Amino acid sequence: MESHRILKESQIMKIHYVTGIAAIFVVAIHILMRLIVPFESSLEYDYIISNYKNIFYVLILESILVLVSVHGFNGIRIILLELRQNKAWENMITVVTISAMIALIAYGTRTIILANGL
Amino acid sequence: MVLNNTDSINEDKIVLKVYRENRGQKSGAHYDRFEVPYKRWTTVLDALLYVKSYIDPSVAIRYSCRMASCGSCGMKINGFPRLACYTKISELETSTIECEPLSNFPIIRDLVTDFSLFFNHHKDIQPYIQSNEGVETDTEKKTFSFYQSPEDVDKYLQFSYCIKCGLCNSACPTVGTDLRFPGPQALAQLYRYFADTRDESKNRLDIVDDRHGIWRCHFAGSCSKVCPKGVDPALGIQLLRSYMLGISKDNKELAKKIEINTDK
Amino acid sequence: MKEVEQPSRNNLEGLKGWLNPSRYGWERISYWFQRLTGVFLLIYFIGHVYETSTIVNGQNAWESFLELTQTVWGHLFLILVIGACTFHSANGIRLIFTHSGIGLGTPGRPDYPYSPSSLNYRQKSGIWIALILSAAAMYYGFNILFGE
Repeated sequence: MESHRILKESQIMKIHYVTGIAAIFVVAIHILMRLIVPFESSLEYDYIISNYKNIFYVLILESILVLVSVHGFNGIRIILLELRQNKAWENMITVVTISAMIALIAYGTRTIILANGL
Repeated sequence: MVLNNTDSINEDKIVLKVYRENRGQKSGAHYDRFEVPYKRWTTVLDALLYVKSYIDPSVAIRYSCRMASCGSCGMKINGFPRLACYTKISELETSTIECEPLSNFPIIRDLVTDFSLFFNHHKDIQPYIQSNEGVETDTEKKTFSFYQSPEDVDKYLQFSYCIKCGLCNSACPTVGTDLRFPGPQALAQLYRYFADTRDESKNRLDIVDDRHGIWRCHFAGSCSKVCPKGVDPALGIQLLRSYMLGISKDNKELAKKIEINTDK
Repeated sequence: MKEVEQPSRNNLEGLKGWLNPSRYGWERISYWFQRLTGVFLLIYFIGHVYETSTIVNGQNAWESFLELTQTVWGHLFLILVIGACTFHSANGIRLIFTHSGIGLGTPGRPDYPYSPSSLNYRQKSGIWIALILSAAAMYYGFNILFGE
């Protein structure tokens, strides 16, 4: 079982800590975007689209997507792994959380690309 | 059902609510209540032994030293893992004292639990000094003594105070769901040997670098909260983790070996 | 003789054991909140990514999405998210320090009453600060969201 691990658990946990810290910074910027313009107009369609056209903000959004997805799905993987200890459950959890993570990142990236192109 | 002894009118009395379970018999799990006299210094163990002596000798409990040294009498007292010999009735401040077997350990009978998995986890972390000393050849046998300064000893001493009572494993939220998690006791002992300058093993950290190893500790701190000997397993685990993350560098200076001349 | 539920063979506390964190003090409470806020934030994040993607369907779709979220319940939910996010982040930073062995004291020679050095006031203060920051962020969010 141990032989075909791609990543050691210690490496996964280092990724978990790094993504957590990095996510704080990028999410803070994302929240600030609603506070630097008058609050009522911060969710208007035109303003949001103009944000999506700004390449730096697009990079921030993509970073949030990747960092929070990795951190969050790894977290749920850890919680679920503790609940049962058999090979079938562990393999299922690994497959489901990684797939969900990739699916969410793909879906979010699609949004960013399409909105940027609008 | 309250069972009591009929005399001693002027003594303070407490009700002991004891969990009873015997899987061999048809009766299911239930609580028995016993009225027990107590004084300012009476411990829960004293009360349970009173019950065994005068009221119901079939109550199964495990105990030995009666002085918080052997770790045998661990149980949940009012829902909190404690040593029965180390807990005075007067410090509990309730009129009914509930005694239950330690959680996260299979129950054998009444308050006696099975420690096999606990000891197996402990054995898995290789709880012994691994050293290349004591070289024997055909012609001579050398004997070595290790030199450790008081500072060297302080690095691991408190973790060596562990009496294997199991209270930490009972309190740990991860042990409560994950049977493959070594538990705070084994992890703290791993650190005890890792920090010992006499130990030369290079692969101790790899033993617990696993999905169900040290990484499933989240510093809930309940282990240290319940430890009766001040071992503070949570500290040992976090210090061990800092080595595994690469924050603390593993540059332990091994203890100097001094050859002892055994020729008489 | 009232029968009680016999525990399972292994007598594991299981998920039920996670439900009452207050019996073991503040560190256990913070572990409980960290998990709770983590799962909550993940669910929110998935919903947020899905809902904000209505922007690609044009202005009408976006504005009908806003009608759903810019309501009293939507604002209250967002305040909870703000609180959860702040606690999870602040406590997470504290945990990263402790997992690196910082702020826990050093091993020594324990003596009665055997207070564990890892459960010191630095840790407890960290937890309280995370809770206070979370409450402050929720208050600030409330003022912004309901302020107009």
